Amino acid sequence: MKKVPYRNQFSKILGLSLIVFLLFASSLTAQEVAVDATATEAVAVGGDAVKGKSLFNQNCAACHALNRKMTGPALANVESRLNEDEGLEKDWLYSWIKNSPGVIKSGDAYANKLYAEYNQAAMTAFPTLSNSDIDDILAYTAAPAPAPATVAGGDVQSSSSGSANSSGVSSEIILGALVLVFGLLVIMLLLVNKTLQRIAQANGIVIEKENAEKRTPIWKAFAKNQFLVLVTAIFLLLGSAYFAYGWMMQVGVDQGYAPIQPIHYSHKIHAGDNKIECKYCHSSARVSKHSGIPSLNVCMNCHKSIYEYAGNPEGPSKEDIANGYTNEFYTGEIKKLYKAVGWDEESQKYTGVSQPVEWVRIHNLPDFAYFNHSQHVSVAGVECQTCHGPVEEMEIMYQYSPLTMGWCVDCHRETNVKVEGNGYYEKIHAELSKKYGVDNLTAAQLGGLECGKCHY
Amino acid sequence: MASNKKYWKNEAELNPNDSIVEALKQNEFVEQIPVDDFLGDKETLSSTNTNRRDFLKYVGFSTAAASLAACEGPVIKSIPYVVLPENIVPGVANYYATTIANGFDFASILIKTREGRPIKVENNTLAKVGGSANARVQGSVLSLYDSTRLQGPVANGEPVEWDVLNATIKSKMGGLKGSSKKIALLTQTYASPSTDRLLADLMLTNENVVHVTYDPISEDAALTAFEHKYSERALADYDFEKAGLIVSFGADFLSDWQGGGYDSGYSRGRVPKKGKMSRHVQLEANMSLTGANADKRIAMKPSAQKVVLAKLYGKLNGTAVGGNTSEYDAAVDMLAAEIKNAGSDAVVVTGLDDVNAQAVVLAINEMLSSKAFDVTAPKYIRKGNVKAVNSLIADMKAGRIGALMIDGVNPVYSLPNSADFKEGLSKVDLTVAFSTNWNETTEAVQYVAATNHYLESWGDIQIKKGHYSLMQPTIKELFDTKQFQTVILELLGSDQSYYDYIKQTWTDNVLNGENWNQALQDGVFIAETMMVDAVGSTLNSISSEEVSEVVGLAPIASAIHSLVNTTSDGMELTLYSKVGMGDGQQASNPWLQEFPDPITRVSWDNYVTISKADALELGVENVNVANGGMDGNYVKLTVNGVSLDQVPVVVQPGQAKGSVGLSFGYGKKIGLKKDMQTGVNAFMLYEGFSANQSVSVEKVSGNHEFACIQLHKTLMGRGDIIKETTLEIFNTKDHSEWNEVPMVSLDHQEVPATSVDLWDSFDRKIGHHFNMSIDLNACTGCGSCVIACHAENNVPVVGKAEVRKSRDMHWLRIDRYYSSEETFEQDDTKKDEFDGLTGDKGSLSGFGELEDPSENPQVAFQPVMCQHCNHAPCETVCPVAATSHGRQGQNQMAYNRCVGTRYCANNCPYKVRRFNWFLYNNNDEFDFHMNNDLGKMVLNPDVNVRSRGVIEKCSMCIQKTQKTILDAKRDGRVIEDGEFQTACSSACSNGAIVFGDVNDEKSKVAELKESDRMYHLLEHVGTQPNVFYHVKVRNTNEA
Repeated sequence: MKKVPYRNQFSKILGLSLIVFLLFASSLTAQEVAVDATATEAVAVGGDAVKGKSLFNQNCAACHALNRKMTGPALANVESRLNEDEGLEKDWLYSWIKNSPGVIKSGDAYANKLYAEYNQAAMTAFPTLSNSDIDDILAYTAAPAPAPATVAGGDVQSSSSGSANSSGVSSEIILGALVLVFGLLVIMLLLVNKTLQRIAQANGIVIEKENAEKRTPIWKAFAKNQFLVLVTAIFLLLGSAYFAYGWMMQVGVDQGYAPIQPIHYSHKIHAGDNKIECKYCHSSARVSKHSGIPSLNVCMNCHKSIYEYAGNPEGPSKEDIANGYTNEFYTGEIKKLYKAVGWDEESQKYTGVSQPVEWVRIHNLPDFAYFNHSQHVSVAGVECQTCHGPVEEMEIMYQYSPLTMGWCVDCHRETNVKVEGNGYYEKIHAELSKKYGVDNLTAAQLGGLECGKCHY
Repeated sequence: MASNKKYWKNEAELNPNDSIVEALKQNEFVEQIPVDDFLGDKETLSSTNTNRRDFLKYVGFSTAAASLAACEGPVIKSIPYVVLPENIVPGVANYYATTIANGFDFASILIKTREGRPIKVENNTLAKVGGSANARVQGSVLSLYDSTRLQGPVANGEPVEWDVLNATIKSKMGGLKGSSKKIALLTQTYASPSTDRLLADLMLTNENVVHVTYDPISEDAALTAFEHKYSERALADYDFEKAGLIVSFGADFLSDWQGGGYDSGYSRGRVPKKGKMSRHVQLEANMSLTGANADKRIAMKPSAQKVVLAKLYGKLNGTAVGGNTSEYDAAVDMLAAEIKNAGSDAVVVTGLDDVNAQAVVLAINEMLSSKAFDVTAPKYIRKGNVKAVNSLIADMKAGRIGALMIDGVNPVYSLPNSADFKEGLSKVDLTVAFSTNWNETTEAVQYVAATNHYLESWGDIQIKKGHYSLMQPTIKELFDTKQFQTVILELLGSDQSYYDYIKQTWTDNVLNGENWNQALQDGVFIAETMMVDAVGSTLNSISSEEVSEVVGLAPIASAIHSLVNTTSDGMELTLYSKVGMGDGQQASNPWLQEFPDPITRVSWDNYVTISKADALELGVENVNVANGGMDGNYVKLTVNGVSLDQVPVVVQPGQAKGSVGLSFGYGKKIGLKKDMQTGVNAFMLYEGFSANQSVSVEKVSGNHEFACIQLHKTLMGRGDIIKETTLEIFNTKDHSEWNEVPMVSLDHQEVPATSVDLWDSFDRKIGHHFNMSIDLNACTGCGSCVIACHAENNVPVVGKAEVRKSRDMHWLRIDRYYSSEETFEQDDTKKDEFDGLTGDKGSLSGFGELEDPSENPQVAFQPVMCQHCNHAPCETVCPVAATSHGRQGQNQMAYNRCVGTRYCANNCPYKVRRFNWFLYNNNDEFDFHMNNDLGKMVLNPDVNVRSRGVIEKCSMCIQKTQKTILDAKRDGRVIEDGEFQTACSSACSNGAIVFGDVNDEKSKVAELKESDRMYHLLEHVGTQPNVFYHVKVRNTNEA
């Protein structure tokens, strides 16, 4: 066969470079957007105020906000405000912060007015704060307030919608480009083939056709071989039975079930971003069979003071914005909580009119299976994530594990019982591990596979 | 040869001209089938829109749609608390100490609550008095969730507001002030210091108020005799643990005699310790629970009991009492000798409703200075005054009562002269009944005040002098109800709550400086110094305002005289209260209705018990019919002109000849679901509040269908099922003689059955190994374990029709056996002496005879639940391995795995497995408690509710043992003995059922397993059960 020179080398290189360009083009645009989004805000505050901010967050934020009345009054520009309105000096603030009950007792008029105004709840005394600490805090409160929320929100809104569009467009472009590339490749292949054939013809090379001798078609040969048919039939039947079984076993297994909840509660924000310990809210997991959906008063422990969502430090991610998880959205969900628990933000009081939240239950064990959280959480020390998955990354909670009996049993077979320092296990572990000749017993060896342990 | 006979099919064929005959010769039917009418008309057929294909399409579509719709999983909602109460952790039970005091049952108990719902009653072990819950108290938690409860106050049949009702009562009472008409309060016995103070306060503000205490089942004779002798209206207390010899004249003290609560002390004295146990002689007419437990039981009519009692007094006192000689004189001599021998160890009690008899008994105990007899700290749980009740009815009829308030009692149902009472009611201007349910009295009054269940109420009780207990609510009122005391406080214009009122009473009179919160937490308080006098004096002032005049009691000599000359002719009726139903307050409680009577084993009924001889004479009988049920005839009972027309008969072994028995508490109709309207009302025959009546019995037509759980009556000489011996043999002989281990043949050698093992046994020495010990000496057959098991394990109620078909679901049953000869031992001997099939000692006729119980048989009780065999026959036959054995000794049952072949039930030698023939929950065919949201609140959330088609059985309360283990693991500690409990073992205040870990050498159950008395049920089968029994020892030492 005569060698055919690469006549289409040019067009091939062209095509390849096009592909390379298109591949990188998408990432280029993505980088641009990222740079836009992470444009850092210029912070024009002094060193005092930075220190003051952290002090404020540590000590004051539970009851005070800058621009908002909470358990205590709003503190923006408190120093100048007191000075102008009440004629009070910084010294008064020092003594008030360090020992507010003392000031009230001393009969100070403004102190008593405040005390009466805020439901006779005396402010916690902070004798540990030095005057310079207080100065720092006051500097922070005096620092110019961030731009009004509405404007900022508008900005976020417009930019988010823009970027959402751009990200949508870019993915479409990528897809379109890929289709185009594939089309080009196909056309090129055809062209090359055609050209080669033409050259071959031109050079007088006869392309040998396939052996034209007539054979029995393969399917007829197959049909004639009854043994093969039988084997294939059995194979097909077994295969379909296998898949049917697999499919049937999926019935009632709700792995990945992520229903829409009445309040969009983000585990990602709570357990992930803010690193709240699971058992702070699901406290009964320690002592009870139920992990328990937290009662709303637990939410209010924090949400009395956290009335709006300020976003994570890096700002909402593109993904969040694409899903509509804006700060306003989250703040709206907090308001839903207030409505459910009957909390009046204006007066900072419970109205007594509550509307219990009807959560959609995600993990549903059948009634005939007994499961006890405290056994696993307190006794065995199993991490919540072992069964519930990366909850701290879940914007919407879903069922991570299949919760089937096979899944339970597998874990019981493999997991060693945590016996260290537990007086209950001492004797039985010594005896049983000797019997089985192992160092560490699995849950199964301790009887964790007996039917009656979970079914009664 | 061909026959020329003509066969006629019909008379019509004789007529040759009959057209029908002619037509039938040709056609199958006389008339043409009108097929053409609906198929012939082509036009109609073609004009219909729906043709066959369309129809198939519709069917196909709807089937597909239905199955698609069914594919979607249900969305389950979870609603957390808005504010979680501080002491509630979802999934963890809380216990509260409280007290039941409904006028009939008084007991200090613990209530287990889950997420604020009371679900189970437990004994309060801190209580020295009244700390044991009987079957009715165990079941009372279900009455809280009765769907037929009154849900708010009612005025003349219309719902009304409390304000309106209170205002009405208040204005009426104000109007009566100073008038000649009285305001009467007709109430149950409260035994409550605070209620007494409250009523005294009410009387101070309004001198027209009178308070009448009424016990439906009266102890008036005993109260009057005690009052006469000790000038306080109370009941003597008895500590049967201290008694060496108990002689009872018809006193059923193991059930409800004088308020009950005597069984745990009795049982402690019955377990042989150091070769000693108490001896119990019972003289009675009905076969009572107490008689069934006696070492010697003499069946005699009440009239004879009176004569014997009088003669016994004479013998003991050394005075001649006269009277005619009778067949019982030998018994009197025997009793006198035994009592004299026992001296102060002996105690005599009587349940005869006769002041003289009660007075004589007090005198005898006094004379013996019996250790078991306590009059210094008497009991206050019965206060009813028959004379006061009668004079109230007379006053009502005479129009001297302006207002009547009724609380805690149902007089229209339970008064023998309820017609008089009803007539009286119509003459009272204002009638108010406080009640939890609709009943006969609420029907007859103007205003019905819906009142709290005791689990929703505050209260205090002085069961015995110096022994106080507190009642606290364990749940908020389910409905718009108020307790009687709160209403009285409102009438007094006080803004104090009843809780504060009680607290004040206690701080002033009871606590003597002790901590109130501690008393409330314990539920009981024992006054070290008797501070009762302050309260006691107000008590007296109340009673003096009532009918203070004590019946003119004759001195003891004339009491003896009148007793010894008691004569009777004809049949005598003894009315009694059943263990399950008591006075009938809880007639709407399905657990108690289905609870089988310990003696007759009949549920859902009351009936006349009659001796076999009398039954033969009357021509009445019980027959077992083909479907496994028991049937009986009806009789008509007439007492003093009042008759019950159709009362079913149960032939009762041990019933004294010439006597019949009938139980109270049944025959209620009003306010009950249809299934609960069972039995006949025995209160109609309660003439003059005396349980002993002269009666005429007459057979009437009809056949009654009983729901009897146990149809076989005798042990058939199988002495290895209930092993028995006498105290003498027990003390003198080796246990191999009286607790013989069955022998089997192995390699042609007789070896003990326990030494043979067909299986490779599993090593059970490591970890926990649960065993249960049941002492047949301590078990009285009271059945509180049965109801406790129901409550703990969500055992369904199946109803009378199903019980009749032997489909009862009880996980724990208490078998009752009679002896066929006089004793079980004679049965065994008789069976052993069988020789050949026929003849005098032939087994054919012999076994037939053994089926019949003796006229006055020995009785034995045996609680049987799943024996949790280590070599369980049920486990090997399950085709799907739904039942398997745990390392801890429990035979486990996985309901979700069970397919219902029932092989296991067939292979169980103990017959303890139960099959769910139907879906008993959410099924209106079984309208008891599991088909409504209210009744379902009693279910234990830790135990499965079983569905149709699966076997269920005792799990040895694996949910409880697992919880105990988990608690210990969480605390990182070793489990102490006594921590492991089952529902039955913790309900058994008699100490008959002990549960624990035998691998813990120090545990009580391990000690009991080593006892000489220990044996396993059907030991020769080789099942190696984890439940074992203790040989019953009878004290037959006479004198």
